Amino acid sequence: MEEKKKLYTLLVYSENVAGILNQITAVFTRRQVNIESLNVSASSIPGVHKYTITAWSDEDQIVKITKQIEKKIDVVKANYFTDDQLFIRETGLYKLSTDIVLRNPEVSKTIRRHDASITEVNPTYVIVMKNGKTDDIISLYRALDEFGCVLQYTRSGRIAVTRGTQEQVSEFLEQREEANRK
Amino acid sequence: MRALQAEGVKTIFGYPGGSIMPVYDALFDYTRGEKKCFDHILVRHEQGATHAAEGYARVSGEVGVALVTSGPGVTNTLTGIADAMLDSTPIVVIAGQVAISALGTDAFQEVDLVGVAQPISKWSYQIRHAEDVAWAVSRAFYIARTGRPGPVVLDFPRNAQVEEIDWEPKKVDFIRSYVPYPKLDDEAVRQAAELINNAKRPLALVGQGVELGNAQEELSAFLEKADIPAGRTMLGLSALPSNHPLNVGMLGMHGNYAVNLKEQECDVLIAIGMRFSDRVTGNLKTYAKQAKVIHLDIDRSEINKNVKADVAVVANCKESLPALTALLNPNKHTEWRESFKELDEKEHVKVIEPAIHPKEGPLLMGEVVNAVAVQAPDDAVLVTDVGQNQLFATRYFKYHHKRSICTSGGLGTMGYGMPAAIGATFGAPERTVCCFMGDGGFQMCIEELGTIMEQKAPVKMILLNNHYLGNVRQWQDMFWMRRKSFTKMMNPCYELIAQGYGISYMAVTERKDLAAAIEKMFATDGPFILECAIKEEDDVLPMTPPGMNVNEMMLEI
Repeated sequence: MEEKKKLYTLLVYSENVAGILNQITAVFTRRQVNIESLNVSASSIPGVHKYTITAWSDEDQIVKITKQIEKKIDVVKANYFTDDQLFIRETGLYKLSTDIVLRNPEVSKTIRRHDASITEVNPTYVIVMKNGKTDDIISLYRALDEFGCVLQYTRSGRIAVTRGTQEQVSEFLEQREEANRK
Repeated sequence: MRALQAEGVKTIFGYPGGSIMPVYDALFDYTRGEKKCFDHILVRHEQGATHAAEGYARVSGEVGVALVTSGPGVTNTLTGIADAMLDSTPIVVIAGQVAISALGTDAFQEVDLVGVAQPISKWSYQIRHAEDVAWAVSRAFYIARTGRPGPVVLDFPRNAQVEEIDWEPKKVDFIRSYVPYPKLDDEAVRQAAELINNAKRPLALVGQGVELGNAQEELSAFLEKADIPAGRTMLGLSALPSNHPLNVGMLGMHGNYAVNLKEQECDVLIAIGMRFSDRVTGNLKTYAKQAKVIHLDIDRSEINKNVKADVAVVANCKESLPALTALLNPNKHTEWRESFKELDEKEHVKVIEPAIHPKEGPLLMGEVVNAVAVQAPDDAVLVTDVGQNQLFATRYFKYHHKRSICTSGGLGTMGYGMPAAIGATFGAPERTVCCFMGDGGFQMCIEELGTIMEQKAPVKMILLNNHYLGNVRQWQDMFWMRRKSFTKMMNPCYELIAQGYGISYMAVTERKDLAAAIEKMFATDGPFILECAIKEEDDVLPMTPPGMNVNEMMLEI
């Protein structure tokens, strides 16, 4: 079973009411699937929140998890995707020692080569930010770590939009409102 | 009160306490005099309130209501809530809570109800202010009764109970994120019909979904048109009458022999409102692999959960069954149906006859159930507890009317029987309620005898006393080297207990006295306890041991 596991991304839309996150994560817990990353924010639809969740799983399991999440009363839609179906971004933040950055010109070169940007500089530390896919962000961390200059490092949860042309959630809600009017 | 009235509530099962006192004070006026619109049944333990609400809901098709206080009051209801969740039973539990200003302070009798109830309820919600009451109560009933029904929990802090507002009725019959009745997919129906029309050996598996969708007639029409034999799950037993010619018995671990074996022979398996529980399927890896599977269910998450469906029709079976029937060719499967008979005969000779008509030895559970079924009125409701009593009762009782069975299938809750039977007498006051219990389960909610006494609830209790926790004892004998670890029980004198509660009582120890005692029980008005001295070590058969293939079902041990 282990080799069939893939990293899946779930996009979940819910009403903005208390306790939904708890209900969603409980579905993962019950099936002993770890959440790799999680991002929650307001969506473009008023009153609807969007959850972007990644987890390693096989397809069978992720289908069941998705259905169980969508079954929650206040969840509007839940869908699962593989990476090729999504446009994906994450952000990495790297706090580096100013001292080493100034002493070793290779550090700045590495930052530029990785297409990252320096957002803040002061006498003790430099903040570098990198947007990209998971691997890009991790590879910059590894490169910087070689110089021994990383004081702190953090990587955000994933955010993603689908590559399809249909906006499923807003269409679904329109259909529902339409059905209600009838 | 007015919110409950607006939802058509008539009966409330409850138990008062500190945090729910404002509601109880209001209830005082609504249960008597001019304003009377509710009956409040005071139970003796909050678990009893939820099981009673379940029994009420099961037989009436209405939402059962339990009203309890915060803290221990509501933690006592959790078993009933989980039970209702697994068995898709519509109940609403309304619980008091400390005022919102005290939430999170470990105040007296505070418990995070929404937190603990969430994984075992269809919806749980805290009504934080009085202006939310009308909306939340209406939404609760809407969610509980629609789609695949289930339990809803309302956590009602004290401040919201006492705040005064102008009453504005609200009716929730639409939630945009919740689709209770998925739209029927015509293409799926067409594919299902094609499979059935081409089937040589079709077999239908009927579950409680048919009862919940009130589609009993639609089911018969469907089966009859294409001449399809049908097995029923334990919860679906009364969806098709026992004497229907296409009924081939009960599915599952202790169901009927032929239908279990035929699940491994059929070419098209049509599951209708059932969820392929492990008690039905045995070993999933080998289950019905030869068959094309059609799954009709209202709950999308049941499709492919345990058994992969070749065609899934996600809709209310009240709608999907007639649509499917319309596309079926009238058919006869005489040879296929005849092939069940030989196996039925085998089960009859080896298991059924010895169980219901033993010639000698102590009384057997099967014969008591059969003897009760023979004398019970056609519209009788069967309530069971959990264990051997349940398996024998569900096997040998006869079902003539829809909504005739209350039993804890999914959670397997011992102690369910007595309170559920109380609920059933209120849910169907014109029907006779027969409740079979073992000596274990009888004692697990024995306090509800107090409710039966006070309400004169006419529950016909048949206590099958074998001085054992019989089902576990059977498994110990079969799978645990006969090491009977804590399954033998010392029993009280049930006659004295019955006397204490003023409930009519009779004991039967001899076979020859059984029929007369049952006659007496049915002739007596009000509640009755019939204690039967049962053979200590009898086994429920046939049986598919857990994890085995359904065609390895054993007729003898």
